[in-house]
Amino acid sequence: MGRYALRRLLQAIPVFIGTTFLIWFLVWGLPGDPFAGRCGERQCPESYVKFMTDKFGLDDPLPVQYFNYLTNLLQGEFGQTFNGTEIGDLLAQAFPVSIKLALVAVAAEALIGITAGVLTGLRRGSFIDNLVLVSTLVLIAMPIFVIGLVARYSLGLASVSPEAPWVELIIPGLILGSGSLAYITRLTRVNLVENRRADYVRTAVAKGLAPSRVTGVHLLRNSMIPVVTWLGLDLGSLMGGAIVTEGIFNIRGIGGLLFDSINRRQSGVVVSIVAILVLVYLIVNLLVDLLYGVLDPRIRYE
Amino acid sequence: MSDIKVKTAPVLGVDGRSAGHLLEIENLHVEFRTRDGVAKVINGVSYHVDAGETLAVLGESGSGKSVTAQTIMGILDTPPGFVTNGSIRFRGKDLLTMGKDERRLVRGEGIAMVFQDALSALNPVFTVGFQIAELFRKRRGMSRADGYKRATELLDLVKIPAAKTRLKDYPHQFSGGMRQRVMIAMALALDPEVLIADEPTTALDVTVQAQIMDLLAEIRRDRNMGMILITHDLGVVADVADRIAVMYAGRIVEQADVHALYGKPCHPYTLALLDSLPRLDLKGQELNTIKGLPPNLLRIPSGCAFHPRCRMARDICSTQRPALLELGGVRSSACHFAEELYGRE
Amino acid sequence: MSSPEVATPTAEAAPMPVTPAVVEPAPRKDKPRSLWTDAWYELRRKPLFVISAILITLFVLMAAVPQLFTSADPLAADLNRSLTPPDFGAWFQFGKQGQFGFDLQGADIYARTIYGARASILVGLSAVIGNMLLGGFFGILSGYLGGWTDTLLARFGDIFLGLPFVLGALVILSTFAPVQSNPSAFRITSLVILTFIALGWPSFARIMRAAVLSTKQLDYVHAAQALGARPGRVIFRHVLPNAIAPMVVVGTITLGAYIGAEATLSFLGVGLRQPVVSWGIMIGDSRQYMEAAPYMMAFPAAFLAIAVLSFVMLGDAVRDALDPKLR
Repeated sequence: MGRYALRRLLQAIPVFIGTTFLIWFLVWGLPGDPFAGRCGERQCPESYVKFMTDKFGLDDPLPVQYFNYLTNLLQGEFGQTFNGTEIGDLLAQAFPVSIKLALVAVAAEALIGITAGVLTGLRRGSFIDNLVLVSTLVLIAMPIFVIGLVARYSLGLASVSPEAPWVELIIPGLILGSGSLAYITRLTRVNLVENRRADYVRTAVAKGLAPSRVTGVHLLRNSMIPVVTWLGLDLGSLMGGAIVTEGIFNIRGIGGLLFDSINRRQSGVVVSIVAILVLVYLIVNLLVDLLYGVLDPRIRYE
Repeated sequence: MSDIKVKTAPVLGVDGRSAGHLLEIENLHVEFRTRDGVAKVINGVSYHVDAGETLAVLGESGSGKSVTAQTIMGILDTPPGFVTNGSIRFRGKDLLTMGKDERRLVRGEGIAMVFQDALSALNPVFTVGFQIAELFRKRRGMSRADGYKRATELLDLVKIPAAKTRLKDYPHQFSGGMRQRVMIAMALALDPEVLIADEPTTALDVTVQAQIMDLLAEIRRDRNMGMILITHDLGVVADVADRIAVMYAGRIVEQADVHALYGKPCHPYTLALLDSLPRLDLKGQELNTIKGLPPNLLRIPSGCAFHPRCRMARDICSTQRPALLELGGVRSSACHFAEELYGRE
Repeated sequence: MSSPEVATPTAEAAPMPVTPAVVEPAPRKDKPRSLWTDAWYELRRKPLFVISAILITLFVLMAAVPQLFTSADPLAADLNRSLTPPDFGAWFQFGKQGQFGFDLQGADIYARTIYGARASILVGLSAVIGNMLLGGFFGILSGYLGGWTDTLLARFGDIFLGLPFVLGALVILSTFAPVQSNPSAFRITSLVILTFIALGWPSFARIMRAAVLSTKQLDYVHAAQALGARPGRVIFRHVLPNAIAPMVVVGTITLGAYIGAEATLSFLGVGLRQPVVSWGIMIGDSRQYMEAAPYMMAFPAAFLAIAVLSFVMLGDAVRDALDPKLR
């Protein structure tokens, strides 16, 4: 397992470099005046442009710029915004909020999604089953910004306060996780239905175990493997996927910061956020792969 | 192997119905309600087994032998399977009418089952130790430690080397034969009175098959259990069974003492089965096979279900269904020409 | 998935089948045609499939000839009509306006909603077709050449898959069409399509690669190659038919997702913009008037949700029909 993890880690390096380079190039590397519109209606003064160009090393050849950026990044140096704010500080403020939001969303997915999936999986073909199936389809199909807008205005919710207390994050979290929640429900249901007729479930019955134990231990334990791994992946992707939800509820997390930075063309912040999110994504992917091996002893890593 | 044939237990109630048998199935009917129609899978099967004896149930796939076993265990998939008639009495009590909880307690403790494919029958995500100890913990209220201790003893009993360390292994880490031993150990955990072995050796290599059969026979003898051995393999049966019931299209077509059956089969189907065994003394000759396919259970042939494939079939066979005729002793056959066959030399 | 099953286990060795083995002669799966006829037979009887197919036809009609549904000009604004609520009396009368009310500029919401289908369908369909072509091409390269090409392409694809979709699209679009800029309708639409293709092709390449690899294993393909069939022929005769089923399923569901994504990006202001008519833009515009004029959002949102739902449902139904295992 150790060797497998190491190999996966090594494989992740070129992906990380490639993705950050792609974004870095899009944001910094393309020809164009990075200071256009930065000084209001007027052209920026010569001295300002020169100062900024020196400060961000914009005269260096592109590969050098990227290399400098990457080495700084790996040392935890995110650099400064055009206004001189430490990007690291901005991230430190925003990330905890987004992580909290993602945790709320995943908790809701696990709690509601698995419960609904088990209920429908055990009563396949019933009224409840069909009702839940149709609702999950609607949830999967409805874009988050529609659900978010409708929820916010029909419930008359105010913006989430800057400290983002847990209570205020419940509804945004539910909305953020709504699509995945529906998917988890379906995944749980399908797995239960598939495994219900499995030979080992039959064996558990033949052993004279109580129905609650047959379902709760033998059936559920097997059916949860793909569900749990999916929840893990989702935690990773939700941290970066909250742009819309954070925008609608004015939550000051990574998504909001990113959208702001794009609008105000704070290139350094954009690249830093994307770099971190890609890193999170790659690490979560690796962890989930390893988790899969823990959950299913049949998986072996060569 | 020949010592196994020595009967250590008396065969009780040889004449059938009168005495209470340990496990007695009577006139069992099961049908599968599928999209394509109702398949009559079991059509009036009766057999019994007593402590210390082995009954072999023989038949092709689709003959209903495994479904009978599943019905006894109460693990028939419903739907599509439904019991429409009959009774299954264990120690005189009908399993089909007793309460759910009462019946559950019979499983494992009264009647236990060894499944055909241990790889899929054992839960892949739990260690074998967990799966065996679970029985002691949940059914006997033992502590975890005691449960594992008993599980070790059981693995020792079924001759798995290094039992203590292997407890921590998962089913896929065992070889086929060892896995089947685990399955047997699990079935024996609660000391059942009847053990149903459903094709216990089909998935195994020939050499391993013999070992597993020996193990089963030995355990059956030591514990004086009743055993129902379900198989399609005539070779397996001869050494282990006391009595044989041959099934075809959901009915028993012949039932007899093992020697009697091999010596003088009294049903054309049994005859054909025996004929189709490869024999050393007939080397070089063409192997006899039974022509045709097993019957479609949605449309069982009229009269005797075997008549389309039967070499002895006459007009009467397609119109009248022969009853199971007693031929003396434990012997019976469902063929219009049973007496003819019985009387032959 | 549709590999032919030639093995017939001996009757004796087979475990007791749940339904008797001889009930129906198993349809031979080595002819792709029977798989599709089977699926079609299955589909026609599924209400979800029929409903979504009808809805999709409607949306495609709306996109192609919106004049069939409305005679009003979606761009004609008359401030006198600003924020007029829906006129439900006008609902089944062709030629009338204001069925869904008028927006802030006084443009007819009904006409705009109808015309909005065009952007959604155009972006979704073009992006999915582009994905299939580009992804399919790289998938065939990966699967057929294997080795270094395969590894290299896989890592290259990972770079794009590693970017969260909305995030990646946000960065790409805001680079080539900054939020404050006013690109032409053609330019911004093609930009959105190209962005979706850039971020989506690796998934389709994976499907194609898997299809190539599984097809390469088949005996009759080995035989064809041994007889001297050229790669092109093998690909067209054997690989593509095997890849079509999963491609169609994933493509349909992705199309639904892309319609949602297009609306989301337009809502955020980085996707399509005026003068393109798009449900996402309409919903974005309605934000400030949620209380005063809920109809500004309600109608485009409903159309958007139904459109996405139709494609997702269709893909779902087709997958179930093509995957006999789940029946």
